[in-house]
Amino acid sequence: MREISPPLSIEVADVTVAYANGIVALRDASFKLGPGVICALVGVNGSGKSTLFKAIMGFIRPVKGSVRIAGKSVEQARRGKRIAYVPQSEEVDWTFPVNVWDVVMMGRYGHMNFMRLPSATDKRIVAESLDRVGMSDFKERQIGELSGGQKKRVFLARALAQRGSIMLLDEPFTGVDVTTEETIISLLRALRDDGHIILVSTHNLGSVPEFCDHVVLVNRTVLAAGPTDDVFTEKNLTLAFGGVLRQFHFEQSTIQEHDGRTVKLLTDDERPLVFGKDGHLEYKDREGREKLVKEREKEAGK
Amino acid sequence: MNLLTPFQYSFMNEALMISALVGAVCAVLSCYLVLKGWSLMGDAISHAVLPGIVAAYSMGLPLAVGAFASGLLCAVATGWIKSSTRIKEDTVMGIVFTGLFALGLVMFTKIQTEAHLNHILFGNILGIERDDMIQTIIAASVTLVVVLVMRKDLLLFCFDAAHARAIGLNTSMLYYVLLSLLAGTIVASLQSVGIILVVAMLVTPGCTARLLTDRFDRMLLIAVASSVLASCIGVYVSFFINGATGACIVLAQALLFALALLLGPKHGLIARRFRA
Ligand SMILES: Nc1ncnc2c1ncn2[C@@H]1O[C@H](COP(=O)(O)OP(=O)(O)O)[C@@H](O)[C@H]1O
Ligand SMILES: [Mg+2]
Repeated sequence: MREISPPLSIEVADVTVAYANGIVALRDASFKLGPGVICALVGVNGSGKSTLFKAIMGFIRPVKGSVRIAGKSVEQARRGKRIAYVPQSEEVDWTFPVNVWDVVMMGRYGHMNFMRLPSATDKRIVAESLDRVGMSDFKERQIGELSGGQKKRVFLARALAQRGSIMLLDEPFTGVDVTTEETIISLLRALRDDGHIILVSTHNLGSVPEFCDHVVLVNRTVLAAGPTDDVFTEKNLTLAFGGVLRQFHFEQSTIQEHDGRTVKLLTDDERPLVFGKDGHLEYKDREGREKLVKEREKEAGK
Repeated sequence: MNLLTPFQYSFMNEALMISALVGAVCAVLSCYLVLKGWSLMGDAISHAVLPGIVAAYSMGLPLAVGAFASGLLCAVATGWIKSSTRIKEDTVMGIVFTGLFALGLVMFTKIQTEAHLNHILFGNILGIERDDMIQTIIAASVTLVVVLVMRKDLLLFCFDAAHARAIGLNTSMLYYVLLSLLAGTIVASLQSVGIILVVAMLVTPGCTARLLTDRFDRMLLIAVASSVLASCIGVYVSFFINGATGACIVLAQALLFALALLLGPKHGLIARRFRA
């Protein structure tokens, strides 16, 4: 993780991807990310999030446009083991006869000789990675015998063990408990602070402003991309999601003085996204965003 | 004639040895096929070797070479047709391998050979010739060594091809390696079980082992043990009934599978019933 290499970046330029059956899943998608960033890829199901990931990994060749990683081609970046990919849960065969340790060790294969015999370093890194996601006690478990959240953490540990500098996570929060979500988020923050580029696809809108610095909104193309506060607006989200989102409006009558001006909002597994009156974002974790929050308060005070 | 009589004949000892070797190779490969979901591919390639064998006969080449080539041809043709049309893979495979098998049968009647069609279709381990024995040993040993050396990459390829690519492994190379290993295994097993029943050798040991363990390394060991045992039982029993060795081996494989299905400690039917 310490190795210093040419400035890290992902550049997606005018990428158009078509599948064999003729479906154009993405058209003219463009965005750019620099080092030390967590970027959310947000869009409805079928909007092309996974497709964009596959294009960035070089699994599908765009019919037009290009993807450059740190100025080099994707193939070169892959040979350098720089990109770690955490697949969507549906893409994994959970009955496969491998246990947690085996799976995380697979993250090290790229660093081993052709017989894939793990060295002491490999074992230490695997143990560390398991520890970081809190799964050390489950080393011997067959992967199918884990909960949804634990499964995610195992694949996150594998990505950590790979020691890449770019991490792509496809829907890491789907079917995951709250503790796992917090574990994943704090890990991603730590990686970001180490200078990694992290791309997370999600439709869990509520948590996006809490930990993502950048947002790319997709719907068959890139609708908007940039810093969260600029892009993650009511207007853009309406554009991306159309009528798919449920909306609740709290009116003056709900937020009354004698209730201490608070409303309690309960949702099932996903965090709600809350906009203030003038369309600004409300945050649950204000940590790290004090400046922003203060600005808002000043606005409100004047 | 007593129970030890078979061991007094050198052809029996040779047959036992060869089929144990073949059983071991098939077992190792079957673990990958079962996990990758390639059982039908095994069936297809095994049928598709027939025209290659007949052609090799008529040209005086080693049969194994012809069989290997036409087996691979089947797999490659299937892949090509699938990717350039909208037809699903299993359908394409069904057309390609039956077509090649039929071509082999027609060629066989047209070309005068000293071979017996029955021996090709059902194996003839008790009457195996020196040349065939050497070819079998070579095919089996090469396949076994390659699988064992590449076993972790192949496992990763079966489990998560996307990750394999992400860390820079050449997955299309691994695809062809696995296909070639499959073809090599089939070539090695022709003498003991023949074209028609090879698929049983390529599927059953892996399934039996799958029922008994959740670890891949143990799965390999169990598959090899059950397959070698079944092969030896099959050869031994066929001595007393005077033939049908391949069928006896496959029957023994099926019996071991049935035992695992019933008595498996975790996934077995009886254990499940008790837990429920
Ligand atoms: N392998 C494929 N072959 C053909 N079409 C596909 C394939 N994968 C995805 N698609 C299509 O591409 C579109 C985008 O899919 P995807 O990238 O998986 O969306 P998301 O991950 O945002 O839910 C969908 O319309 C889907 O049907
Ligand atoms: Mg997806």
